[in-house]
Amino acid sequence: MDLITSPLYDAFTPTAISFVLAAIGLNIHFGYAGLLNFGQAAFAAVGAYGMGVAIASFNLPLVVAILVGLVAAVLLALVMGVPTLRLRADYLAIVTIAVAEILRLVFSTTFKEYFRARDGVSGFTGSFRSLNPLPDSMDTFLNFSRNDLWVMLVGWPLVGLILLFVWAIMRSPWGRVVKSIREDEDAVRSLGKNVYSYKMQALILGGVIGAVGGFVGAQGLASVQPDSYNLDFTFIAFTMLILGGAARVMSPVAGAVIFWALLSFLGELLTKLSSGDNPIIPPEFMTPDQVGNIRFAFVGLALMLLMIFRPQGLFGDKKEIALDAR
Amino acid sequence: MPHGPASPRPAPDLRAGPRAAALLLTLVTGVLLALLSVATPASASGDGGEEENSNTVSGTLTNTATDGSPVPGVEMIVRDAAGEEFSDTTAEDGTWSIEVPGEGGLVEIELVIDSLPEGVELRQEDNVRELNLLPGQSLPVLFAIGPDNRDVETAWDRVPGLIYSGLLFGLIMAPAALGLSMVFGTTGLTNFAHGELVTFGALITYLSNTVLGMPFVLAAVVAVVVGMAFGWAQDAGLWRPLRRRGTGLIAMMIVSIGLQFFLRNMYQYFTKGRLLSYDEYLTPAGRDVGGLFVFTSRDLVIAVTSIVVLAAVLLALSRTRLGRATRAVSDNPALASATGIDVDRVISVVWILGSGLAALAGVFLGFQLGVTFQIGQLILLLLFAAVTVGGLGSVWGAVIGALLIGVLIDLSTLVVPADLKNAGALLLLIVILLVRPQGLLGRRERVG
Repeated sequence: MDLITSPLYDAFTPTAISFVLAAIGLNIHFGYAGLLNFGQAAFAAVGAYGMGVAIASFNLPLVVAILVGLVAAVLLALVMGVPTLRLRADYLAIVTIAVAEILRLVFSTTFKEYFRARDGVSGFTGSFRSLNPLPDSMDTFLNFSRNDLWVMLVGWPLVGLILLFVWAIMRSPWGRVVKSIREDEDAVRSLGKNVYSYKMQALILGGVIGAVGGFVGAQGLASVQPDSYNLDFTFIAFTMLILGGAARVMSPVAGAVIFWALLSFLGELLTKLSSGDNPIIPPEFMTPDQVGNIRFAFVGLALMLLMIFRPQGLFGDKKEIALDAR
Repeated sequence: MPHGPASPRPAPDLRAGPRAAALLLTLVTGVLLALLSVATPASASGDGGEEENSNTVSGTLTNTATDGSPVPGVEMIVRDAAGEEFSDTTAEDGTWSIEVPGEGGLVEIELVIDSLPEGVELRQEDNVRELNLLPGQSLPVLFAIGPDNRDVETAWDRVPGLIYSGLLFGLIMAPAALGLSMVFGTTGLTNFAHGELVTFGALITYLSNTVLGMPFVLAAVVAVVVGMAFGWAQDAGLWRPLRRRGTGLIAMMIVSIGLQFFLRNMYQYFTKGRLLSYDEYLTPAGRDVGGLFVFTSRDLVIAVTSIVVLAAVLLALSRTRLGRATRAVSDNPALASATGIDVDRVISVVWILGSGLAALAGVFLGFQLGVTFQIGQLILLLLFAAVTVGGLGSVWGAVIGALLIGVLIDLSTLVVPADLKNAGALLLLIVILLVRPQGLLGRRERVG
């Protein structure tokens, strides 16, 4: 792996797909409906846990398990939305964060016979992997394992289908109402639309897409751990969305792929510069262990600078983002 | 890079503002924290030679089968992280004590079962323990021998102790919550980086106390003052230029998330992810109050300091000119500005004060949680809960919310596992939003 192949590899892994889907969900929430959901990690988590536990503990078939995950995501959206969608935007932000954190604590400390605490749920990939049409003789292809390739073979077309759906629905009357809620809630209300109901539908839709991201990520990693779904998950998905440009159909994908590639490139570069016998960056400044911190500090800095100087991201339209939803 | 539509006003100074801001901010944190990272290995290597940091693990073995008589002649072994062994044999009075040189860390403590006298048995098969030893700590370890004939403690017996520890935690959080609430009140910003101001206080105290060797009290004062300077720099370098550009509140909130992400990772980089501790007052002696709860002189100092500071700030807000100006800006910045109040100056003061209060909370939290880059992350959601429960933007609400949340967190351990205790606070946050969205002391108009 070197500076070019490693970023290319990381930009397309199953984990990258799960972030792409999380960002597409956030795009519906934040980009189109103007809802500040900071708990997208919770949607991915209930999806992944719903599917994982249904198979690992209850031996349900894959299709039923996926339904369990989707229903869990819908319920979660209702729980988050009911207390907050009538309130100001920053309340939704705080409640979604709180719910995500509660769920993470619950997954890591309670019902250990199902959630397996910090070890996480595993042993649920059998039924999906048994469907793998790739020849057994194929070991790896472009460094991807046979299992990863299968997840990607399902995952990326799924991303395409969902994008098509988002594109279609945002052109529909429903999409126009949702976008106008983002622009001016009171105006929409005066036209006789039930704003609360539309917001809830948008929250559910984006959450369900986030849960699908949870499925893909779980199948890729073959395990579901509570700490993968912490606040950082949501913030990274947000950074991807804003990098690509909110309220554009393709931007979460572009943002996520560029984000992973840059992050991976930075990691490889810093590791190369700081390791070896005579590193270019002396160990007093940075050891290879600290590369992770530096590159995530860059993520934070990038999010700040993007938001200040280019809130529309790389491909967005400045007119499309009404960020001042007070 | 493609340019957007030309702005109606020439705005080079506005564009330069935030950039200079980011630079200034990075400089301030950078210089201070570089000190931390450069100084730490030096002091650590000093330890290697003289081993001035020694930690002790000790205990007393008594047998409940024979009315608590001591058990002598039992071999105890401590293995440190490097695998080195240190041992001791219990004396006639059953006591043992083992010194572990170095900086501590994860140690394994073993009671050698074969060395127990004939007929004496451990209550549980837990003769090996893994414990985290802080530098300079003296850690008591209990091995129970003989049948369990203690008075069974009921949940009710734990209530006074939990209320006490909860109130203490609430008092520690209250200044930080007040700071968060004041910043929100005057600027409308929900600051996700507020927790990092708290961590900053703990780190500066560590730097001054443990690394530079200042007495703790002086170190705490330094931390609060430097924290205030950090708050001023943040406002002057980042938030004020953003306000001038007319950046929306939601956009600013996302900027604060980026800042939080950036600062937390820089803290972890500079502390190398270790759990650090101050040099003094680590294990104060406890005093029992009527069997209800145990308090220490450190708790008392923390509580009194916190109460005095809170009282001073609340009084200043209601009595001084600047305090009244602050409340006027909170109510209506445009109107306040029209009546001749310098809104930017008021906001700057609020940032300085709020950051100082956060740093003070950090100084004390360094005792409770250890000095770690994670303090901010651990405390941020609890602060949000406290401020929202009390009423966003209400100063008394923040204080009362913090106390409520503190007590609730500790009391909830009666019914839920300790790992889950913070979930109770967050649940209360959601319930309050359902039934009284403006918070306990908030005004209804604020939520619309």
